[in-house]
Amino acid sequence: MARIRGLTREFDGQRVLDHLDLDIEAGEFVALLGVSGTGKSTLLKALADLDPGTEGELEVPGPVAVAFQEPRLLPWCRVEDNVALGLRTPNPRDTARRALAEVGLADRAHAWPLTLSGGEAQRAALARALVREPSLLLLDEPFSALDALTRIAMHNLVLRLWQRHRPSVLLVTHDVDEALLLADRVLVLAGGRIAFSGPVEVPRPRERDHHGLAELRHRLLSELGVSKEGQS
Amino acid sequence: MPETAQATLTRPQIPATVTSPPPRRLHRKNRGWYRLISPVAVVLLWQLVSSAGLIPEDKLPPPTRIWHTALTLITQNSPAYGTLQNAMLVSLQRMAIGFAFGAAAAIALALVAGLSRLGENAVDPLLQILRTLPLFGLIPVFIVWFGIGELPKVILIALGTAIPLYLNTFAGIRGVDAKLVEAARTLKLTKLELIRHVILPGALPQALVGLRQSLGVAWLALVVAEQVNANAGIGFIISQATQFLRNDVIMVALTVYAVLGLVTDAVVRLLERRALAWRGSAV
Repeated sequence: MARIRGLTREFDGQRVLDHLDLDIEAGEFVALLGVSGTGKSTLLKALADLDPGTEGELEVPGPVAVAFQEPRLLPWCRVEDNVALGLRTPNPRDTARRALAEVGLADRAHAWPLTLSGGEAQRAALARALVREPSLLLLDEPFSALDALTRIAMHNLVLRLWQRHRPSVLLVTHDVDEALLLADRVLVLAGGRIAFSGPVEVPRPRERDHHGLAELRHRLLSELGVSKEGQS
Repeated sequence: MPETAQATLTRPQIPATVTSPPPRRLHRKNRGWYRLISPVAVVLLWQLVSSAGLIPEDKLPPPTRIWHTALTLITQNSPAYGTLQNAMLVSLQRMAIGFAFGAAAAIALALVAGLSRLGENAVDPLLQILRTLPLFGLIPVFIVWFGIGELPKVILIALGTAIPLYLNTFAGIRGVDAKLVEAARTLKLTKLELIRHVILPGALPQALVGLRQSLGVAWLALVVAEQVNANAGIGFIISQATQFLRNDVIMVALTVYAVLGLVTDAVVRLLERRALAWRGSAV
């Protein structure tokens, strides 16, 4: 279980995170929504230990892995070497190849990252994150730069991988529907704290227009300051 | 769940978007030799105009004459010039020693300055000052300090090499994509792994630009340095030929400089193509 207590971050006197408390259960899939500029990425960076300027208590058991909005693969390393980078297993490259096979990229293991399509590169980044067997997987809007169909394929892939490996997942997104489709629980970040937290009770696989999601969607949209439904 | 999204899209789009097309490669025909046409035409014209007697031979000898002079310089060890290949070796050696020291110093300093603030504050101001000094203006001072032997020549070449290589390598290190560094930090790389796998390869394209610039400056520095009291080398041949009013010999010597410059540039290009293979057909 990941435990966050009193997390505070200021930028030039401006408090972006203000004594934020949050627990993420082991194996729980949590989606984090928020209007842009509310500190979603700041929270994620704090959890990824990328921001020495944050104050507060942070307990994460085991390794944390991140997949960003852009794939951020090293363009001068072949795909498998990107996945293997920093691995401390006895045979990093074999481990990397297995991870690539899991995301359906076995045949691209030897390619240069610049020759991958957007979806392929994002899958490689996902393999790079998962190969570290994280107890907490942070996803920073990893689907937002993909086209609609690739995004659907990626949603399914992430769910499948999550069900197999069972890390806790924190998905930062601005897409209410995406949060409702994937997560066990949806959070809204506002005013530097978790302003809303609600479970998604519809069993997976979920339909986008499932009636059970409508109420929560409505609530989330109003939490996000969007009055009418469908205007996220 | 996909049904809802698919329903809104027209059918033909589906396969095209789900499996994206393989990267396109341009198969261009190798027409490099086209670029030889205009230089060859100029040389031919030069020969024709010279043969017609329109250019006085003591001002600009014709290509055939330069060719013969070159052969003579190669085959005969004349007391005035020695042999061309000997002179070339001497010049190449000067260049190699100066370049090696200059490049080693530049890369070491760029690493020190690029990888730490302390290093930057210590090293960068000095090199920025050196950069503004006119390189060839230093020659008189160098003669006072180091005499007129090999040392001032080699130092001039080393300095000419070091400045552009340092500036570009430093800029390359500092210009490494911060997002890649951030991603690498989430992979828990050690400092050394970060430098080896992320920072150095990231700085390499810019460093190679610097390498080509510094080779250009280094050749120039060699030419100028060799004008100063050289008793061997291509520069020595030129100063001897100036005294004997042998323009054809000077032309041969200049051609040798040009060829050496071209060869080293080609070597760096080859290095670039191999080291930056990951950029693929984009380059």
